[in-house]
Amino acid sequence: MATDIIIHDEKDNVGVVVIEKITPKQDCSCWVMENDKTVSIQSADEIPLGHKIAMTDLNEGDTIIKYGHDIGKVVKSIKKGEHVHVHNVKTKKW
Amino acid sequence: MEIPKSFLGYKRENGRAGTRNHVIILPVDDISNACAEAVANNIKGTIALPHSYGRLQFGADLELHFRTMIGTAKNPNVAAAIIIGIEPKWTKRIVDEVAKTGKPVEGFSIEGAGDIETIMKASKKAQEFSMWASEKQREECPISDLWISVKCGESDTTSGLASNPTVGNLMDKLEPLGVHLCFGETSELTGAETVCEKRGKTPEAQEKFKKTWNEYNDFILKEATDDLSESQPTAGNIAGGLTTIEEKAFGNFQKIGSRQFVDVLTPAEEPQKGPGLYFMDTSSAAAECVTLQAAGGFNIHLFPTGQGNIIGNPIEPVVKLTANPLTAVSMSEHIDCDVSKILSREMNLDQAGDELIKATIRTANGRLTCAEALGHKEFVMTKLYRSA
Repeated sequence: MATDIIIHDEKDNVGVVVIEKITPKQDCSCWVMENDKTVSIQSADEIPLGHKIAMTDLNEGDTIIKYGHDIGKVVKSIKKGEHVHVHNVKTKKW
Repeated sequence: MEIPKSFLGYKRENGRAGTRNHVIILPVDDISNACAEAVANNIKGTIALPHSYGRLQFGADLELHFRTMIGTAKNPNVAAAIIIGIEPKWTKRIVDEVAKTGKPVEGFSIEGAGDIETIMKASKKAQEFSMWASEKQREECPISDLWISVKCGESDTTSGLASNPTVGNLMDKLEPLGVHLCFGETSELTGAETVCEKRGKTPEAQEKFKKTWNEYNDFILKEATDDLSESQPTAGNIAGGLTTIEEKAFGNFQKIGSRQFVDVLTPAEEPQKGPGLYFMDTSSAAAECVTLQAAGGFNIHLFPTGQGNIIGNPIEPVVKLTANPLTAVSMSEHIDCDVSKILSREMNLDQAGDELIKATIRTANGRLTCAEALGHKEFVMTKLYRSA
């Protein structure tokens, strides 16, 4: 099966869309780069190439993990399969 | 793939090697641009490097200006240099430092002579330099004569996923062969700063990095306004899916592979500790960063992009790569190396790294980069603070 989403690290709670876009309720194949495993997820939103999808439910205040590291905080709760971006995640730095 | 052991470069008087053979007409200051451009217009085979500064600067800002001027003319991609300034003293300071490399260099000052007489005299010397340089031949040079700088721009998540790790793969393969490497972008390591600090090879290098990053961060926080999180990440970054500076930083950081840095350089400073990876304190604005790295002596640049940055540099060829399949098609005239097949898993990082090494060697041997063919010559001074 072709890869729709790439996840850097096993610990990550987001993946990156690597096809032109995914549509709502699409069953997606996700490649975890770190351990070469494949997992699947059903999308909730339309998400374009390069944008992130939540691999799990996330609450306000939770930390987004990508590359196995903290890349920001959730400012509006996110359901598994939803689009993760500037509307629901903010930097902790500035 | 067996990595080539050599490339065809121009051997310089001081033992360095160039991937290009430019004769530059370098204005010391903004008001000497017209003169420098007139000379370059008169004499074929020369290139003027106009810029916006060089008057009434002082302290660390003035020293950086001199370091950038001197380093640019010293770069081994420059065969010979004409320096033109309004006053003789600052002009001479640059000429004297460049002359230490052994390359032909001559200075001219405009005050008391005027543009026309200066253009005439400088043009005569430029013609001599240009014809002399035109006889230089490329010779076989060891791969260790490559000094490779890197910087990414208009990044998106494909940069962190694939094009930046491709550069990291190249670094992992070429560093053991004795090349010099350089990464910068102090502000764009924000979020990854503690992870980056641990990549210092010695406690001194780690300490120096920490101090450099803290100083930059203090400055940013002091000047910060509400628009900072729109500027970093940029609108282009956000369109490409990057959400925060931390995410951008960890993507950026993939460019150094598993390497450790031997030292931290001030902007435009030349490395002094032999081959290996260096961190240079630079802005993350593409043209400023590459101008500083070229002034540090780097002779070929690798530039991963996601959404499609188009930057070039007048003396250091900028090789662009992308892993974004849309950019590879929509902006194909800017992309020297397409590694977008990594995302569809039709290419792995090892293969992508080899492709980038091939593109790097071909460019070092003389193939024009996309940016060179398109006429990109961005030469941009970094200014630390207002002039007096």
